[in-house]
Amino acid sequence: MWKYLHRLSSLKYCYEWSGKWVPWLLGVTAVLMLVGLYWGLLVAPTDYQQGESYRIMYIHVPSAWMSMFVYAVMAGAGFVALVWKTKLSEIIVSECAVIGAMFTALALITGMLWGKPTWGTYWLWDARLTSELILLFLYFGIIAIHSVIEEPRTAGRVASILAIIGIINIPIIHYSVTWWSSLHQPNMQLVSKTPSVHPSMLYPLLVMAVAFQMYFVSLLFIRMRNEILYRERLTKWVKKALAGH
Amino acid sequence: MRTQRKQRMIFIVVLLVGLSCATALALYAMRQNIMLFHTPSEVYTGKVPENRLFRIGGLVVVGSVVKADDGLTTDFGLTDLNQSITVRYTGLLPDLFREGQGIVAQGSLDGHGVFIAQEVLAKHDENYMPPEVAASLKQYRDTIPKGMSGYGPKAP
Repeated sequence: MWKYLHRLSSLKYCYEWSGKWVPWLLGVTAVLMLVGLYWGLLVAPTDYQQGESYRIMYIHVPSAWMSMFVYAVMAGAGFVALVWKTKLSEIIVSECAVIGAMFTALALITGMLWGKPTWGTYWLWDARLTSELILLFLYFGIIAIHSVIEEPRTAGRVASILAIIGIINIPIIHYSVTWWSSLHQPNMQLVSKTPSVHPSMLYPLLVMAVAFQMYFVSLLFIRMRNEILYRERLTKWVKKALAGH
Repeated sequence: MRTQRKQRMIFIVVLLVGLSCATALALYAMRQNIMLFHTPSEVYTGKVPENRLFRIGGLVVVGSVVKADDGLTTDFGLTDLNQSITVRYTGLLPDLFREGQGIVAQGSLDGHGVFIAQEVLAKHDENYMPPEVAASLKQYRDTIPKGMSGYGPKAP
């Protein structure tokens, strides 16, 4: 198995197999996005308290979930990068930072737009909002490391350390609404006998969640392939691959 | 596994455990500051700051909302299901403000036990359902003992 993993992580081989996956991933993402958005924005019933404005959750909630999930992937890749010193995991760290920052910004912006009509304010320094903003700054920090340190292997190592340290913020974000009083509502209870979201609203949300996952993997593969080409630009196989176009 | 890799792995794990402990202690020490609001009970036990703005959170007492003649000032009771306090607010209330709903208000005490709010924000819960479900749930709740409900806000 180790041999297989090793082969899988060689940059050339990775470039080849990920290329086959990209069109399929993009196709699945597009279909799920369309189904989820149509179902969530037009078919799902209005909420008994919030009326129509609750529908922003079909973007907000999956982005917020992804902002944390992408960080976990990035920290995991950072761990592998530090222990095994593989180039591919360093590339995953740098690409996850950009994608994660995008999801975090999306979650914050949609949350603010939601906050104004629901709470009466765009922003408030409660534990959930603040810890999510810190997450955005952590992503920015990792992006900054890659643009400041020119040598990619050194940058990869420094970024991996920051990624691993920042993982402490993830449980804080998740439990912020449980540990402290906050304006943000508690976490949705999805895996219980009495879920807090009615099924007619929950199913489109789950479709959107899977769509966002697929979107993340597609983006990661596309960005990863570009970065591989850039890092290996002086090798024969890249010149040969590019000559074909 | 080679020893070097093992060492790096142990180093990272030790680093994370140490950092987690430090963070946990820091957050525990700052817990009062991280709390967004005080409860009405804390007003009675004197745990709220004097001469300074603070936030208070709770549920709007059902049947307690009184509009003043000027049409802008609203008095309402705020409860944490243990103690309640009167809150006075002049201005527009958020759409979600209603009896039985959670709110967070910022302001200070006027010395007569009334909380003068400068800002009232609505806090909503994690329950989402269509209006019909909410209505039938309410009917269902009224006919059965409390605490046996499915979806929806937990009965106080």
